[in-house]
Amino acid sequence: MSLLSPVSPDPAADAGPDSGAEPPIPLRRHRPFSRANLAQTIAGGYLPLILSTLVVFLPLLWMVLSSFKQPGEIITMDLKILPEGLNLENYNIAMTTVPFAQFFINSLIVTTVGATIKVLLAILTAYALVFVRFPYKNVIFVLILVALMVPPQVSILPNYILIAGMGGKNTLWGIILPGLGTAFGTFLLRQHFMTLPASILESAEIDGAGHWRRLWQIVAPVSGPSIATVALVVVVSEWNDYIWPLIITDRPETMTLPVGLTLLQNSEGNGSGWGILMAGAVLVIVPILLVFAALQRYIVAGLTQGSVTG
Amino acid sequence: MTRQLTDRPRAVVEAKPAAAPRARWSARTRRDFFVFLALALPNLLLIAVFTYLPLFNNIYYSTLDWTLGSASATVVGLDNYVTFFTSSDATKVLGTTALFTLVTVGGSMVLGLLVALALNSRIRGTTFARSAVFAPYVLSGVGVGLVWLFIFDPGYGVLAWLLRGLGQQSPQWINDPQLSLVMVMIVYVWKNLGYCAVVYLAGLQSLPQDVMEAASLDGANGFKRFVTMSLPLLSPTTFFLLITTMLSSLQAFDLIRIMTPLGNGTSTLIYEAYLQAFGAFNRAGYSAAISVILFAILLIITVLQLRFVERKVHYS
Repeated sequence: MSLLSPVSPDPAADAGPDSGAEPPIPLRRHRPFSRANLAQTIAGGYLPLILSTLVVFLPLLWMVLSSFKQPGEIITMDLKILPEGLNLENYNIAMTTVPFAQFFINSLIVTTVGATIKVLLAILTAYALVFVRFPYKNVIFVLILVALMVPPQVSILPNYILIAGMGGKNTLWGIILPGLGTAFGTFLLRQHFMTLPASILESAEIDGAGHWRRLWQIVAPVSGPSIATVALVVVVSEWNDYIWPLIITDRPETMTLPVGLTLLQNSEGNGSGWGILMAGAVLVIVPILLVFAALQRYIVAGLTQGSVTG
Repeated sequence: MTRQLTDRPRAVVEAKPAAAPRARWSARTRRDFFVFLALALPNLLLIAVFTYLPLFNNIYYSTLDWTLGSASATVVGLDNYVTFFTSSDATKVLGTTALFTLVTVGGSMVLGLLVALALNSRIRGTTFARSAVFAPYVLSGVGVGLVWLFIFDPGYGVLAWLLRGLGQQSPQWINDPQLSLVMVMIVYVWKNLGYCAVVYLAGLQSLPQDVMEAASLDGANGFKRFVTMSLPLLSPTTFFLLITTMLSSLQAFDLIRIMTPLGNGTSTLIYEAYLQAFGAFNRAGYSAAISVILFAILLIITVLQLRFVERKVHYS
């Protein structure tokens, strides 16, 4: 079995019962637990859980708290944990020092346009690979698998030369175009389409439905979770994408949020600017954190595809 | 009249004889041929132009002495490779890359396994904790890089404050090349261990319960069960993680760029390739050569993975 064999593409199948809440106060547990047992449960069970959750959350909490602090509260020898008030001054400065609103809009455009086209291309290609007769389909699939292994980082210089030559420097299409071809989405959806029973398409074909109708009226609707998984993974990676937009843009008008944050770092990189930088970081991190909180099952399933072999 | 609706590999083989002479193609075959192209061609072309073509272009550029942006370039053959391997760059960059990869892969796998073991208990709140530890993996590297840079700040960072409380001076995380590498590695592990934890957790939960119970009835205690049963049974998961984390560590860019913009102690292959082309020197040919070296390393790892995964690590 290859490494890339899929786990269940249906993310609903991957998680246990969803309690979704913080661990309850252990003392509420009922009698059969003696005091010693209880202590053991806390030490062996809850302590590591709480510890690892804190290790993740404390830095992020620190970011949010610091984004409300004035320079006087940060440049001080005795640490103040809570800000004096919910002062939005840092956000204001971040937005006026660099065109943050513009970055935000650019990121939104790049993410929505890029992700929409990518998901569409993935659906079309995967459908063609599974349901349409064509010679050399296996060769094409192997080429897609290999493309999956090619790291985008080694392609930045040639792609820069190509896109800059086409006049795509400092344009949004220049940011979007090179990432549009999607081996990952195609692979994932193909694996899912292979599992669909042929019988559901048979009646449609007998009724005379062409490929286009079969795709959008049968295959796509029953593949909701898989398509959502691909879409979310694509959205997250487009939003966070850094190396390519960093190279292809050097003017603020077309920068995306991560690149804009670098620009902010350059102008506020001295000690007094930390609050402003944290405000910038909040603007980049929080949108994805919210998306993740709402739809984490699909995202985790998509990003850990192929993990369980054997 | 039955027709194959989903042509799985076998159906392709069956269809082949019909496809041989063009004139004998049925209308349906011909229609399918064009339907396939219409559906798949845009994506395939994009992959060809922006994924495959750059690989060949990189090899070509790596033979040039070429300043990025200049109109002329001279062909120098393998000179860029010779320059790289004979200069002190090679030991420095390859050493940094190896150290960074070793520490981050080892760190995130070991810590990930420990977190997975903690998550694998039957208490409430594990689902929440699982999502929580995974969260950093999906967050912007630029954003978290800045947050941690603030935490590590020798003047006003939390870490410096904690150390002051213990009567210690904060190390110069940012100015000292060695310490800046340590700093980036810590943050990288923080960002990626959730991925390892979730994958390990899935592995732990798919262990055969009957075997584990039998071992526990035989009197094996928790630790012994873990070392003699779980760990060997998890080897496919370990191998998978080893490969995927190694590939992503070798490509780590965002954190390095934001936390140590000048490289210095943190110039891994990918970062050196970036600095050479897009930093002060604009040495496009040299940068392409480093990219080719990086790609060769990634290719070797991928091929090894494909070779080994079939044998070695299978227990079931």
